[in-house]
Amino acid sequence: MTCAVEFQAVSRRFGELQALNDVSFKIASGEFFGLLGPNGAGKTTLISVLGGLVRPDSGRAFVMGHDVATDYLNSRRRLGVVPQEIVFDPFFTVRETLRLQAGYFGLRRVDDWIDEILHHLGLSDKADKNMRTLSGGMKRRVLVGQALVHKPPVIVLDEPTAGVDVELRHALWAFISKLNKEGHTILLTTHYLQEAETLCDRIAMLKSGRVVALDHKQHLLSPFEMIMVRLTAPRVPDSWQARIRRMEGQSFLIELQRFEELETLLSALRAEGIPVKDLQVEQTDLEQVFLRLTGSGSREQPQAKGSS
Amino acid sequence: MNDRMNFEPSRATWHMLFYKEALRFSRVGFQTVAAPVITALLYLLIFSHVLESRVSVFDGRVSYTAFLVPGLIMMSVLQNAFANTSSSLIQSKVVGNMIFFLLAPITPWGFFLAYMLAGVLRGVVVGIGVWLAALYFAPDLWRPVAPGWILAFGSLGGAILAMLGIIAGLWSEKFDQLATFQNFIILPLTFLSGVFYSVHSLPDFWFKVSHLNPFFYMIDGFRYGFLGVSDISPWLSLAIVGMVCAVLTWGTWALIARGWKLRI
Repeated sequence: MTCAVEFQAVSRRFGELQALNDVSFKIASGEFFGLLGPNGAGKTTLISVLGGLVRPDSGRAFVMGHDVATDYLNSRRRLGVVPQEIVFDPFFTVRETLRLQAGYFGLRRVDDWIDEILHHLGLSDKADKNMRTLSGGMKRRVLVGQALVHKPPVIVLDEPTAGVDVELRHALWAFISKLNKEGHTILLTTHYLQEAETLCDRIAMLKSGRVVALDHKQHLLSPFEMIMVRLTAPRVPDSWQARIRRMEGQSFLIELQRFEELETLLSALRAEGIPVKDLQVEQTDLEQVFLRLTGSGSREQPQAKGSS
Repeated sequence: MNDRMNFEPSRATWHMLFYKEALRFSRVGFQTVAAPVITALLYLLIFSHVLESRVSVFDGRVSYTAFLVPGLIMMSVLQNAFANTSSSLIQSKVVGNMIFFLLAPITPWGFFLAYMLAGVLRGVVVGIGVWLAALYFAPDLWRPVAPGWILAFGSLGGAILAMLGIIAGLWSEKFDQLATFQNFIILPLTFLSGVFYSVHSLPDFWFKVSHLNPFFYMIDGFRYGFLGVSDISPWLSLAIVGMVCAVLTWGTWALIARGWKLRI
């Protein structure tokens, strides 16, 4: 089966900066794939290689089996990219922008499809407005529309929700998920971990141009799977003292290996007659995995979200 | 979404890029077409008024105004062909919207043709505007002597300047760099090409220097089409202009194909 996207040992240096360092991975057709990494990790450079905007020093990249360098006409026809920056052409209306973009792919008479895109992106009433008059969020929607106008099987979104209000973020998520369910392969770069955690099947993490982790979301999380309980009580049962990870006054952060242990903890509290004032369960999330793998956080025991 | 297959492309991708470029300048037609026509008319009004009785060209066979008009038309064609490609590219670069067509399946030839032809189109539209307006001052030019030469030099000259505009637009990172290119290369070459005078009236040294300026041949040949007289044979001019055009075509295409300042 043809991969939707494939990178083979892609490297690229900009002066002193090794932007991409021997990056190899594949994305299967129909996958929702997340590419994560801190700013400057090489995410945008990597997807720019797919679109032919950046040419690697070595290595190859493919879209639906078409080499992005030697067979670029075919690879670009199959790829839609939503860029990170909000860019637009101030001379044209929303509809003209989409028509022109379709034309760049050799398509005409696509007005029905353009209407559908406008409808899905909530832009129907803006169709004949000049791009200049649109708000930032609306311009972002048009960029999504431009990436879809040639119905590409592979859609790349480069931080599509950066600086976007909550409402639009949810609308975009819903729309992108819908496209994925309809069979489009999605490659999403983000540094919002929650976004990747909610949407993506598999996740690659990039640091300083290298892939430092690549796995299914669940597998990526499982080595770190533990549960932190924030307990507010006068004290902790003696048998649980060893599990305390942090302590501030009457607030204790306690580590559990499994959810079932919560039952044991509660019965110990009951048995010793310790009154519980508050109890919160905090699960490991991608953020901790991310921080550990990219080395930007503590190498010590991963800490629960909001524990510091 | 009904189907997730690609649409089948039904026409060449560069047509839309050409259309976009033409639509772009027509949207600001007052600035891109009307303004240059007015400028040319001001030149015509002032120079022909002041110099008509003082300057003799082609041994008095042609009035100064009749001599000046074809030069001004051609100068407008050249300047606007250059302005169109260079300003469009630099704007796209600064705004960042160039990715819209860089991500599209457009070949380097397609990119080249779309921009070059749109530049020629604007040059020709402005040129026709100047010609029609100038008929008021020189009604005899309504029937040019040899329209074929006008067409040949107008389109070749427009193409050359459109290509120089592409190169300048690609090279410039900022608007002031483009202005440098325009003020220190294009403007002197245009003004020193014999638009306002016959090169035969120049001192020997400058007469020879003029012959190194390709713009001289474009304007001289173009003028021949209107008046049937020129400083040198239109065939020689055509050969030189054709050669410059061929070299620039190859050079501009090669820069685009290499992705010079387009793809990093």
